[in-house]
Formats: sequence, C-alpha cells, structure tokens
Amino acid sequence: MAEIRNYTLNFGPQHPAAHGVLRLVLELDGEVIQRADPHIGLLHRGTEKLAESKTFIQSLPYMDRLDYVSMMCNEHAYCLAIEKLLQIEVPLRAQYIRVMFAEITRILNHLLWIGAHAIDIGAMTMFLYAFREREDLMDCYEAVSGARMHAAYFRPGGVYRDLPDSMPQYTVSKIKNAKELARLNEGRKGSMLDFIDDFTKRFPGYVDEYETLLTDNRIWKQRTVGIGVVSPERAKNLGFSGPMLRGSGIEWDLRKKQPYDVYDRLDFDIPVGKGGDSYDRYLVRVEEMRQSNRIIQQCVAWLRDNPGPVITDNHKVAPPSREGMKSNMEDLIHHFKLFTEGMHVPEGEAYAAVEHPKGEFGIYLVSDGANKPYRLKIRAPGFAHLAALNEMATGHMIADVVAIIGTQDIVFGEIDR
Amino acid sequence: MASKKMEALGSVVERVLGDKLVSSTLALDELTIVCKAADLIAVATTLRDHAELSFEQLIDLCGMDYSAYRDEAWDGPRFAVVYHLLSLKHNLRIRLRVFAEDDSFPLLASVNPVWNAANWFEREAFDLFGIVFEGHPDLRRILTDYGFVGHPFRKDFPLSGHVEMRYDPTQQRVIYQPVTIEPREITPRIIREENYGG
Repeated sequence: MAEIRNYTLNFGPQHPAAHGVLRLVLELDGEVIQRADPHIGLLHRGTEKLAESKTFIQSLPYMDRLDYVSMMCNEHAYCLAIEKLLQIEVPLRAQYIRVMFAEITRILNHLLWIGAHAIDIGAMTMFLYAFREREDLMDCYEAVSGARMHAAYFRPGGVYRDLPDSMPQYTVSKIKNAKELARLNEGRKGSMLDFIDDFTKRFPGYVDEYETLLTDNRIWKQRTVGIGVVSPERAKNLGFSGPMLRGSGIEWDLRKKQPYDVYDRLDFDIPVGKGGDSYDRYLVRVEEMRQSNRIIQQCVAWLRDNPGPVITDNHKVAPPSREGMKSNMEDLIHHFKLFTEGMHVPEGEAYAAVEHPKGEFGIYLVSDGANKPYRLKIRAPGFAHLAALNEMATGHMIADVVAIIGTQDIVFGEIDR
Repeated sequence: MASKKMEALGSVVERVLGDKLVSSTLALDELTIVCKAADLIAVATTLRDHAELSFEQLIDLCGMDYSAYRDEAWDGPRFAVVYHLLSLKHNLRIRLRVFAEDDSFPLLASVNPVWNAANWFEREAFDLFGIVFEGHPDLRRILTDYGFVGHPFRKDFPLSGHVEMRYDPTQQRVIYQPVTIEPREITPRIIREENYGG
C-alpha cells in the first residue's frame, strides 16, 4: 500500500479569498488542515520608517493607507498620540465630528467586511447590498474632505475643516433620467448633517435586510457556527481585541473602558458573544453597526445645536485661518514655520489606542523633541489576529480557512504596514 | 496630571518587583518600568500572574534603536524592546522596557511562553532590528522579502535601502542591483533648544 503523506498547498497571494496579499502555506492531511503558515509582508512599505523622515503632518496621510477600509480611525489614533504628547485641548465640536466620523468609518468597515465575508462563503447578494450603503457614506467622506477614501481629515488638534452646508448632487447622464435623479437627490437637499441624519433613519432597515438574508440562513449557519472557536482564555493570551475578543465573551471596548474624545458622553451598548465562533463574531459586528448608528444620531443632534471652532487655536500645532494669514504678520510667520519646518513635539513617549473597527489600534510615539518622530510603532489589531490563524484553522477543513480569514476581518494595509 | 490609579499602580509594581525593578517613570499618565534583560521572564510572569497586576494581554511588542536619539551619541545599550501590557481585569496599562546588553549581538529571552501573542511581534522585531529572542519557537523573517539582507529599521540603514529590483529583458528574469536613486531630505530634522520662539 502506498505511503500517505501530507499535502502542502499554496493559497494566495493572488487568491480573491485571501483578502489582499496573503500567502498561506497549508499542510493538509486529505482535506483537513494540519498547519497553516501565513507568509505576510507582501505589502510591507515601511510606514514606520518613512514616518521617521517626515514631519508629523506629512505622515498623517500614510495613516489612511494602513487599514484602507477604516481610514479615519487610523488617523484618530495618530492624532490622539500627538495630542497626548503636546498636551493640547481639542475643541468639543471637533471631538464630536471625530467621533461621528469614527463611527461612520466603523459602519463602512463592517459593511465591507460583511460583504466580503459573505461572498467568500457563497452569498453573492450581500456584497451588492453592502456596497449600496457604502456609497452614501463614501459621499460623506468626499463632501467633508474631498477624497472618497484617503481623507486625511483628522489633524492633531481637531479636524481640517467644518462640515459643509450642502451635499453634492447627482447630475443628468446617459443612465440617469430625471425621475431617477429626483430620487437620488432627495436626501441631498439640505446640509451634510441632514444627509447623515437621513441615512441613520434608513440604515436600521438595511441592517434588518442583511439579517433576514443571513442570520437564520441555513447555509450561513452551517459555514460559521462552530468554526474558528476561540476560548476567552486563549483570546486574551493571543492578544485579541475588538470584535474578536468580544465574540469570545469578554466585555471589553476601549470606547467604554478607556473613553477618548466624547465617547463618555454618548449612550451606546457593547454587544458580547457567547460561543467564540465565527457566527458569534458575525452577530457582534452586526449589532455594532446598529450601535454605531445610534452614536451617529446623537452626534448629529449635538452638532446641529453647537457651532464653534473645529481645530485648536494653538498656531504652533494648527495653521491659522487663510484670512488671518493674509492680513496678519504673526499668522503669516506661523503658517510659514508650520508648513516648512513642522511642529515640534516635546520629548517623551506616548501610547494612544482607539477602538478601531477591527480591534485595538494603537500608536506608540517616541519623540526626542524634533520636528519628526524618533520612532513610530503602529499596533495593528489584524497582526495579532492573523498570528492566531494557525491555531484557529488547525483541524478544520480547507474551505473553513476562507471562513476564518473572513471572520478575522483581515486587511493587509495594516498587517504589513 | 498623573491620576491616583496610576500612582497606586506604580507603588504596587515597586512593592511586587522589588530589586528587579531598575526604574519606574510616570509621565503623561503612563507608567514605564525598566528591568534587566536577565530578569525579563521573571518580571513578565509576575506582571501576568500577580493578583494586583494581572496583565494578561501583551498588546504590543516593538524594537527600538536608540543610537541616533537627540542626534547625539547615545550613552548606554543601543537596542531595547518595549512591551505594552494591558490588564483587562483592572483596566490598566503598563509599558516595560528592556535593554539588550550586547550591541553587536542583541539577545533577549522570548516572552512567547508567557504571552503567545509575542510570537509574531518578536519575529517582527528580529526582522526589522536584528534583536534575537532566545527560546522563540520559529524565529524567521516576517515582513521583509525572502532572502533580504540587513535589518531595515536600524538607524544606520538608509531609507532608500541598498538594493533595488527590476526586470532585466536580456536575462529575462528579475534581478537585484545596487540602488540608483540618491537619498534626499526635503525637510531637515531639527531639534530646537528649550522654549524656542516662546
């Protein structure tokens, strides 16, 4: 009888279910995984090294390109770290705007995750539904920052500018007739806050639609229940955070436990899973979308009533107004110094973490008093999660690896950095 | 600035670790402790298991190269590893810094048995800084290319690297060659004296 040996299978780096550039070397006994060895680094750009040769402001757009499906949350951690070292106060309105956009980003991220996760497991429609809603939120990004994805909107000391008073309108084209246009532009008549408010009213209905498609779906349950089970003890030891930790039944959310910006003023709940499998993590993330929607509604209500500055008036950190710059010598000098030399951050070290859609995203910043960071370390949640892939996948079938990669919500921009 | 909670943590750490503690600093409401490389595993285990500390999560582990700090000659060991720990039970964070004693062959014990999360983080620190972790089960390069030479995050490694890759049409394969671009710095790095410009 022939000797039976384990198969070695290369999965990726150009496999659509690898969520980017993951090369996975799988050792298989028949169809059962014996060992999964992820090879990462195919997207390694050395962001941390690049930051050491750029001023603090110049590095900010790199943050968008880390986890490129939750851009503003990355900027948030970076700004918080700088603000901690500088010891500056951020205007309250800026804090509300940042929280609102952090939650919009969370919905954006979870929508992409649910679409990609479902299409990996075989549910085509979810992807189309999720992208329909993402379009509206991308429009918010574009209206406020000019860019649909890489916004560079959060700045140390606040946000770049106040919310716009109008939303861009759809115009006539070959594929859009007048009736269609009227429907598309219906929510865009007022200010941006009106548009977001309109979205938050519609969004719970959309989430119900996703749930009718998936939550009680027999195939969905067969593919996710009992797949990639992580016990609470292992989740802690493996450095899990975010929905991966909450899915295992540990109630831990930095927005509640170590609140930053205005999260302590807002009312929201933290969903927690029970079994620690892929299905529980799915339920946690879906509920998080509903809770984010609640937070956005509260922020919209506050922002409507409270106008004010959106960036600190400390001109060593934030530029002066264009008007001031053109009429005032002092402001002109500040502007020139800030954009040629950049800001100086006092000597010291700080670690700032945010509850990123994927988990705890942290920035460890070491400054020696120069206009550039001495060392910037990005703590990416996906890095710790993917490191546990071997443990989660061993003993499962090969098709379950795809479900586990999906449930981990892997994005290579942040893992490879 | 420093909250009561962090001050209390500082005194607990001082009491529990005793003479294993080299220094402890409370700045910006963050506690940083330093211990000797020889005591690393004992300190890590105590931090994880002591009931008043219970730092059960290793959040981050990163290498540091202090050789160009403040653009001056650095006095002391060049390489360090910084551990960020989180206690879910007490909602506390702590930073542990350990210097590797030998600059030419930085060696530290692996904390992998204490926190399994350290596995990839230590591979990363090895890859980027060349810090070797004794007792690590699988210390391979992780982020850089297969067959990469050098440790790119060391301060003496140029930003543009040493080699570049291109497709050679005559040999019909991808080749490596010395870099052809000049390193340039548009905004110079400046450290100002105290209270510069008010």
